[in-house]
Amino acid sequence: MDQSIQNDLNAPHSMGTTIIGVTYNGGVVLGADSRTSTGVYVANRASDKITQLTDNVYLCRSGSAADSQIVSDYVRHFLHQHTIQLGHPATVKVAANLIRLFSYNNKNMLQTGLIIGGWDKYEGGKIYGVPLGGTILEQPFAIGGSGSTYLYGFFDQEWKEGMTKEEAEQLVVKAVSLAIARDGASGGVVRTVIINSEGVTRNYYPGDALPLWHEELEPQNSLLDILSSSSSGPDMMIS
Amino acid sequence: MESNQSKPGLLCNPEGSQRTLYPYVTGTSVVALKYKDGILMAADMGGSYGSTLRYKSVERMKPVGKHSLLGASGEISDFQELLRYLDELILYDNMWDDGNSLGPKEVHNYLTRVMYNRRNKFNPLWNSLVLGGVKKGQKYLGMVSMIGVNFEDNHVATGFGNHLARPILRDEWHENLTFEEGVKLLEKCMRVLLYRDRSAVNKLQISKITEEGVTISQPYSLKTFWGFSAFENPTLGAEGSW
Repeated sequence: MDQSIQNDLNAPHSMGTTIIGVTYNGGVVLGADSRTSTGVYVANRASDKITQLTDNVYLCRSGSAADSQIVSDYVRHFLHQHTIQLGHPATVKVAANLIRLFSYNNKNMLQTGLIIGGWDKYEGGKIYGVPLGGTILEQPFAIGGSGSTYLYGFFDQEWKEGMTKEEAEQLVVKAVSLAIARDGASGGVVRTVIINSEGVTRNYYPGDALPLWHEELEPQNSLLDILSSSSSGPDMMIS
Repeated sequence: MESNQSKPGLLCNPEGSQRTLYPYVTGTSVVALKYKDGILMAADMGGSYGSTLRYKSVERMKPVGKHSLLGASGEISDFQELLRYLDELILYDNMWDDGNSLGPKEVHNYLTRVMYNRRNKFNPLWNSLVLGGVKKGQKYLGMVSMIGVNFEDNHVATGFGNHLARPILRDEWHENLTFEEGVKLLEKCMRVLLYRDRSAVNKLQISKITEEGVTISQPYSLKTFWGFSAFENPTLGAEGSW
């Protein structure tokens, strides 16, 4: 096999990715694509990059799959202990700061950008971004992963304060799908998680249910279907 | 009993000893000057991620205790960690409950020690810090770099500000500037930085510290001037140039 492909198959699992977290009037919506790549090979085309930390706080993971998983595992463990000691659900702020602690203190070894989103009764819906290096920033919305570079302009234009739950989810799905269209490292399905006072809802938007963008065509079963449905039949074949 | 001399790998091994390699989310220049009633400091609210202007609402100036104001450029996560160290320092100082409180000179010295010690361990906090304050009528303005170089002066700047703002300040600063004159002078510096520093973002805050305490302004934007005819027609008489 080609030397370059050989290297890629053994390359560390990285989630080129698009992850998004958005606040709306009453909670948050988290969204992500589902592609995990090792070099050019798509190791998993249906990964779930939105992981649960507690009943009311979820995490979007990007960067190295291993690093983001181990950080989320540690934080889930300590948050669980914290909840027991506290006697009531942990706040989003505490979860985000725990993530920051791990990311900052291990900044030389970790390569993972994270978005924390959740709802608690003190502050309502909150989104925190923890990029490479371990900075923590509370934001009305956050985007991350390799696909996010294509979304800065989109969000500059489309973002509004105080959206409804439906508007927020539609915005997230549209954005992830736009990023998938242009970022080779993002793809597959769009997963969303909506968190508010009533609880958590997971949604699944399969790749073939996403809108089509520039230069993309309606998927078909076969050329034969196109030929048979057009009036001039096989004569339609372009020579 | 194995001596470390038989394990040379440990000392040279990059994984064995931690070191900060490079910054990720960075803030650009901070500019500050002494004026009649105290210190004025300005910084924009940008957090750059390499060449991307990723975050536009980062507060890079924070009060420290009752008498000081800290502004930082460089890696934001290291600045956030420094603020935690300072929180602890101020807390312990308050717990003495002896009527005394750490002034800007003391905080500046503490920061210098922290930065220099980290530099000696090859694991610097990747920041340039500006520390200003007033205590008992004495105005203080100092700077600490990521390698521990520290000094005080009547006006200081970090990053690009060193090259663009300090010459302006050297020319136009004088003793006993009023608040209005000080703000105008800082804004002049920040506008030049906006024109010429590609990591600058047009959203800034100006903060002042006086004997009474610290105030940090709301975020605001500066107007810029583009009305030169040479800007509209730069290649007049030299087609193909720029």
